[in-house]
Formats: sequence, structure tokens, C-alpha cells
Amino acid sequence: MQRVSAKVLSRVRELMADGTVTKVVGWKKGEFFYDCTPFVFETVESLDELVYDSFCAANLSKYMIKNSVIPEGQTGKVLVLLKPCDTYSFNQLLTEHRIVRENVYILGVGCEGMADIERVKAQGIKGITGASEKDGILTVETVYGNKEVAVKDVLVNKCETCKGKAHVIYDELISENEDEGAAGDRFEGVRALEAMTSEERFAFWKAELSKCIRCNACRNACPACSCRKCVFDNNASGIASKANTDSFEEKMFHIIRAFHVAGRCTDCGECTRVCPQGIPLHLFNRKYIKDINEFYGDYSAGETAGQRGPLINFTKDDVEPQIVSDREGN
Amino acid sequence: MQRIGVFVCWCGSNIAATVDVDRVVAEAKVQPNVVFAQDYQYMCSEAGQGIIRNAIAEHKLTGVVVCSCSPRMHENTFRKAAERAGLNPYMVEIANIREHCSWIHKDKEEGTEKACVLMRAAVAKVLLNSPLKAGESKVTKRALVIGGGIAGIQTALDIADAGFEVDIVEKRATIGGRMAQLDKTFPTLDCSACILTPKMVEAAANEKVKLYTYSEVESVGGFVGNFHVKIRKKARYVKDDICTGCGACMAKCPSKKGLNEFNMNLNNRPAIYIPFAQAIPNVAVIDPEQCVKLKTGKCGLCEKVCTAGAIDYTQKDEIIEEEYGAIVMATGFQPIDASKFDEYSYSTCPDVVTSLELERLMNAAGPTGGVLLKPSDKTHPKSITFIQCVGSRDVSGRGKCYCSKICCMYTAKHAMLIRDKYPDVEVHVFYIDVRTPGKNFDEFYRRAVEQYDVDYIKGQVGKVYEEDGHLVVQGVDLIANEQIILNTDMVVLATAIEPDPTARKVASMLTASIDTNDFITEAHPKLRPVESPTAGIFLSGVCQGPKDIPETVSQAGAAAAKVIGLLAKDKLLTNPCVSHSNELLCNGCSCCEKVCPYGAISYEDKLINDHGVRETRRVCVVNEALCQGCGACTVVCPSGAMDLKGFSNKQIMAEVDAICR
Repeated sequence: MQRVSAKVLSRVRELMADGTVTKVVGWKKGEFFYDCTPFVFETVESLDELVYDSFCAANLSKYMIKNSVIPEGQTGKVLVLLKPCDTYSFNQLLTEHRIVRENVYILGVGCEGMADIERVKAQGIKGITGASEKDGILTVETVYGNKEVAVKDVLVNKCETCKGKAHVIYDELISENEDEGAAGDRFEGVRALEAMTSEERFAFWKAELSKCIRCNACRNACPACSCRKCVFDNNASGIASKANTDSFEEKMFHIIRAFHVAGRCTDCGECTRVCPQGIPLHLFNRKYIKDINEFYGDYSAGETAGQRGPLINFTKDDVEPQIVSDREGN
Repeated sequence: MQRIGVFVCWCGSNIAATVDVDRVVAEAKVQPNVVFAQDYQYMCSEAGQGIIRNAIAEHKLTGVVVCSCSPRMHENTFRKAAERAGLNPYMVEIANIREHCSWIHKDKEEGTEKACVLMRAAVAKVLLNSPLKAGESKVTKRALVIGGGIAGIQTALDIADAGFEVDIVEKRATIGGRMAQLDKTFPTLDCSACILTPKMVEAAANEKVKLYTYSEVESVGGFVGNFHVKIRKKARYVKDDICTGCGACMAKCPSKKGLNEFNMNLNNRPAIYIPFAQAIPNVAVIDPEQCVKLKTGKCGLCEKVCTAGAIDYTQKDEIIEEEYGAIVMATGFQPIDASKFDEYSYSTCPDVVTSLELERLMNAAGPTGGVLLKPSDKTHPKSITFIQCVGSRDVSGRGKCYCSKICCMYTAKHAMLIRDKYPDVEVHVFYIDVRTPGKNFDEFYRRAVEQYDVDYIKGQVGKVYEEDGHLVVQGVDLIANEQIILNTDMVVLATAIEPDPTARKVASMLTASIDTNDFITEAHPKLRPVESPTAGIFLSGVCQGPKDIPETVSQAGAAAAKVIGLLAKDKLLTNPCVSHSNELLCNGCSCCEKVCPYGAISYEDKLINDHGVRETRRVCVVNEALCQGCGACTVVCPSGAMDLKGFSNKQIMAEVDAICR
């Protein structure tokens, strides 16, 4: 990760300096060192703040909707740093005609999994002031001295079931582990939910969703939730008020949102990662992905640009409604 | 302030017996904005419509809710009534309290409660209705008939007779279809060829009728009045405008191993062939699977003997594009594969034949020249056993659940003809029921039993097998209540009929719906039997359901009448309930374009002024003439930019709210 990181930073600087790109969409440190926030760098000097480390989990694809549109009178391409899983989101947005591909220079960056600061803290490490990674080991600086922890033990939720280290779209690649395959069983959690009775499942979601504070972080981070105007912000949609007047409004909000991204969600895991309340929102999306795979054959949204998702397609092998209803809601 | 009137129909006792109409009226009166509510015995009658018209005038109604039967039945009736009273016809909503309520409930209390709920939903919806105006579209005055059997030919001739151009697309090399393969026809026993071939000639000679034989429909676009069809004219390797049909090529062709489909594969034909002597067009066709020249490049004998110079080994498939106002499906049927019924030993014993094969074996132009011979040793059979309902009325799952309708009659015909021509042959018929509804049908069957002494045995056959050079039939006689073991020389299976396998493909191109047996669904089983629910698509013959020849011809005429009615119009009113997109909300994601079954949605780059921000965006555009208002786009649109006039998201939401209230 460290080697890749150093190469990435110098290569970005080169591309900006030689005029190949005029803007860079990357990450910079926020208030805390582990808050790596998306940032648009517009000068070579500003690149001093560009980082690529074990805390750059944020998916930058969505930012390319706005940043791939070059304002009139301006020229040049926009560079975006994409980790392997981020490239699926990018492709899905290309499929939906949301990104102007020719204005983008994709620098695919290798990834060995991102660390979750909350899980670091959960290891009993306190007074954290900084961290650096080398060969899979995170050295955490604390006011009590340095502590070491393996990155694989503190992975963010989405990295635990990594879908593979290969980039599905890029212009240039800096990576050392492209051929590493998927890890973990990403439907394990869904299967556990399916095994519950409907009452148990309802109780589970009621408990989880009642934690929701409607901060909209999940929606705002989600690359599939990229409507020009979200139905929840549109009073005329008749849905915004629906979600607000129901006695259990979060249920409506999250379920409507899950339906809206069904078939388009690439399982990038941003929803769960950004949720300040720790709601496992990805389980909704994975349930749909699992169902789609079972009903229509394996499908991975964003695997190739321009592909036609099973929910907006029709083939003679499509599942008969009878089979869906025979599962009695499971 | 809206003023809504609610009209509750009894439908005689159809509704009133299960729904307390007084309570529905009382409940309607307290709904918001409802200023008038009344019930009546038959709201669709002139008097009932009068009540609606008077109330619109008297109470200055701005919207009408009729609680009655399905909108498919009378929505149009009530819209017209409202229009006559000066109200926009799209300000009428129907609450279906018959099919959705009284017919499916037994308990009056429950039925009444549901009727009230449905009424409430309709009131909630009509409050959000807006007046709509139908547009107009042109009508291309030409019809397409898919299938050139008796159904297709009759439909085409009737349309042509009214002065409209009509094209027939037939996948085989000749028109004529199944009827051309038949020997005699019940109940009059006239020769099938004698009554069919003049019609085939007429179709070829009629200047309004154009035949595309050896052709298939490749794709269909457009909508009622304006279909755009691509037809694939398959390579015949023979120039059809030059070939004289002399047959010299057939005599010289060295490859004689091709199975003769016209004779149900009972004998062989050359690689270059004319399907049968009376084929229309009387033009040869080369079977590329059998032709030595096409497979190896050597031979070319037919080209040498053809004095007209009609052979062209380089011919390619040709795509013809044509516009039509109406399309008739007449894709016909095929017998089911009898080898699925192994107990009858069809695949192992050559003397077990299907009824259609027997037709060929009895036909003067068939493989035996009309002399009935056993296929195995070409000797004269002494005993023949017919088995009815092979795959029809089947509960085992191997066949069809329906009655194929024609088998009882053609079996009686076969039995009678055999007894007439060969009185020494004994004939047995195993049957479940003998079904003979039709003019002179039962008399015909009785003649077979009484005059021709055909042995009808009520019961089914369990097994047929070969033993010592003859066939043994094991069955049961239900009337005598005993097992029967019969020695016989030939067994004839009355195999079920099923829609031609191309019907499914054609139906999906036409967006015509099909049932579980692949028969094309009618718009209404009783009142609109020759129309498909898809506007401009009509049904003729067995593609809609099993039929005999007289019924097929009547239906063909009926389909033609509907087509003529359509083509006679200069303009069609289009459905104003079409989808439209809010440009400010459109993401340009193309999801709607992908789900649109009518190709009505396209995208364009447009300068959009979004609250002062001007930018070029890729946005969706709906072609209102193509849109059929199915609403698939509104459901798939993530941002809710797509909406359907007359069925807006808001209206549906209001209905759901009213139901849940």
C-alpha cells in the first residue's frame, strides 16, 4: 500500500504538471487524520495535500458527475483516483450517461483494504494521534506510544467481503495486486436474515432503522442515488411527505431508497460506511443483489459500461412470477 | 371547488345481490367534494346514462365516478355519456365493483365494505384527473396477414374484396397450410383440395393480394394504423418470377433423400422441389440442407435442365420493408409430437400413425396414391384401431389440458371413409367422449356408427405393442366394464393440436398476449373474439384456439371485417393517456428507454433552464403516437421524472391512501 501510495502521489503530480489533466479528484486529510475527504485539486501546489492511505475508503465516482462536465471556455481532462470497487460505480454511472467519459482520466489505484478507525478503537487502542501502514500492518501512534494492528483485523465493512482487486475500467493503473480475487461471503448476512421468521426480521429492521436520524449521509454518498432531484427532496413527488408522516418513517425512506437503487447498486458499501448510527444498510442492497442473481442469473452492476441490468431487460429465461410468489416474501 | 357525482350500478343482481348499493350511495355522499350520488339498476342503459347526463347538467359536476363493471366493459360508454353532457370524457373514473368485488365475494357485508373502499379510491383519483384531449394519427390502408393457410387466405380475400391491399406472409414455400394436406372434409366429405385450391388461385390472381411465400416476419415496429414491418424473404435459390413450375429439375435432381414435409415425412422428395402439384406459387425451391451443389459446389444439374434459367445458387435472403395499418395473425397449428406418448409405440411401430399421416395415406396425391396400405409392409390392413384424445384433455402433463375439438369429427370421417372404401376392414374407435356440436355433426357421427358399423368403444387405451407381425391394443371398455385386448393391423392416433411454434415469436413481436398454451389471447373472449388486446392486431383461425374449417372461415371473415373497419378510417384517435417526462427531473439515465416495449422513448441533448441555471442536458422525449400508456417507464424512473397522463403517480398514491384510510 505504501509503495503504491508513493507512486500514485508522484504520478498525479506528473500528469498535472505536464498538462495531461487540469484537475484532480482525490482525497485530503480532514479534521482528523483518518477523515480522508474527497477534494478537487486544481493546482500543482495544492497537490501537497493529496493523500492515498489506508483511510481513503470514500468512493470518488459520484463526484465525476459534476466534475466530468468541463465548463465552456475551459479545456483539459479531470483525473480521478479509483480503487477497484470504485470502478464498478464509475461504469454504472457511464451506463446511465451521467459521466462524460472523454473528459476523465482514470488513474486506477491498487488497494489492500481500507481501515475503519472505529474498529481500531474497538481493539482497545486509545488516544490515537496518527497511523501509518506498511505491509499490511497499521502502526497506530497514540499518546501512550505506538501500537500495531493488522489492517485485515480492522477493515471497513465493505472491505471484509472485497469483490476483488481488479479494476474494471481505467486509463492508467498503479497496482501490485490486480489478480487477487474476491474475499469473504458477501451474502452471509443476507442468509441470516432470510432464515428469520418475518416477525423476527421485522423486529430486526425496526430496531436497526429506528436508530436512523435522517441525516441523509447514505443517500448523499451513494453513487446510485445521483438523481438531479431526489424524490425525497421533491414535494411534488408525493413520496417525500409519505416518508415524513408515517409513524415509522425511516422504514419508508430506506426501503424506497433500496428499491430505487435495486439493479443499479454495485455494492460499493458507502451507505453502511458513512452511516453515523452504524445501521447495516448494505444488507438491503445485498438482498436485492442476491435475489437478482438467483432469479435472473449472476449479474454484477457496473462490471462493464453499457450493460443492461436484469431489472430493465426481458429475456425468455426470466423467472416466472410464480417462483417469486412461492418464496412467500423470502 | 370540484363537484363530483357518484353513480352506483346494480348490474341487475350481479352487483346488488352481494353489495348493499344503498350503503355505497350513503357512503359516497359523505366523501369530500361529492355533491351527488345515486344508484340505478342498469347504469349502462339509456335511462342510466340519462341519470348521469342530467346530474352533470343539474349539479354542474366536474367529475364522475361510476361504480359498475370493469372499465374494459363500459368505460367508453360512460365517457361518451359524459361527453354528451359537455364534460371532458377523461373526467370519468370507474370503480370496478363487479369483477373486483361482487363476483368474487359471497358475504354481502364484506362485499359492501370493499365496494365502499373501491368507490373511495375512485373519488380520490378523479379529484386529481385533468381533462385530456385525444390526438390523431394516420392510417396506412394496407393489411398484413401472417400465415397463408385457409384462415389467412380467407381473411386476405375478404379484405381485398373491400378494396384494400393486403399482403400474406407464409413461412412455407406455398400457401394452403394444413387444409391442403387433408383428404376429405367433414361433415360433407367434399375433397379438401377441390374447395381450397380455387381459393389459393384466387389469392394469387387477386391484384390487391400480394404473396410473400417462403418468408417470415423479421420485426414489427409502430402501432395501430402505422405498423412498420420487416419481412425476410428466404433464399429459394430459384427466381420466382422466371420459374414456370415445369418440374424438369425435380426429375433430374440426384439428391432424393429429403423428407417430404407435405406428406408428413412418409416419403422422400428431391432437394429441389415444388411442395405439391397445386402449390401456389407453382415455383420450385431448393432445400439447402439436401442440395449437393450448395453443399459441395459440384452438381448443378437443375441449372442445366432448367430451360427458363431460373436457378440461382447465389440467391441470398432479402429483407423487405413495408408499412401496414393492421396485422392479422393466422399462424395456425401443428399436431403435437406423438412420440411423447410412448405407450402407443408411435416411434417404434411404423403401423402406428397419426391422423394427419393417415390423411396423406388416404389421399390420391399422397405417397400411396390413395390406396390404404400399411406403412410397414405395404399390404392391405384388415383391422384399424383409432385412439382418440392422444394428448388432448390430458391430465398427465405430457399433453394439452384442452380439447382439440376437431379429432372426434375427423376420426368419424376416417372411420367412415375406410369402411366405405374397404368394407372388409374392421374399424374400432377408443374414445373418452364423442363431442359433435356443430351443424350436421352429430348426424355425421351417427352415420359412422349406424350405417358404417364402426365399433366405438368408450374407454382409453393403456398400451399398444407389436406381436407376431401385428399390433396388439390393450384397452378398457368402460360400458361393459372389461379389459379388452385387440389384435389389429394399424393404429391411428388422434393427436392433439397445438399452436404453430412460430406463434410465440410472432406474438412477442406484435406485443400480442398469449395464454399458457401459446394460443393468442382475444381482447374479450365473448365480445371481441377476433381482436387481440393490442390495438390493430387481429386473430384468425387456430392461433386463437382449436377450430374446424367452417369455424376458421367464419372467424377469418370476422377478422377481415374488423380490419376493413379499421382501414376504412382516415384518422385514428390516439390514446391521450400517454407518458411524459419532466425535463427538470430527468437524469438522462435511459432506464425508461430500455423498458419501453413500443420504442416510444428516445433521448436528445436539450438546453434546459433549471431555475436560472442554463445547461445542455441529455433528456428523455416521448413519442406520444407510439406510447400505449403501459406505464412501465414511470415505475422504472428513479427520479420520478416520468409520469402517465390519467394515471399519474399522484393519482395512484391518492387511491392507495383512500384505500388505506
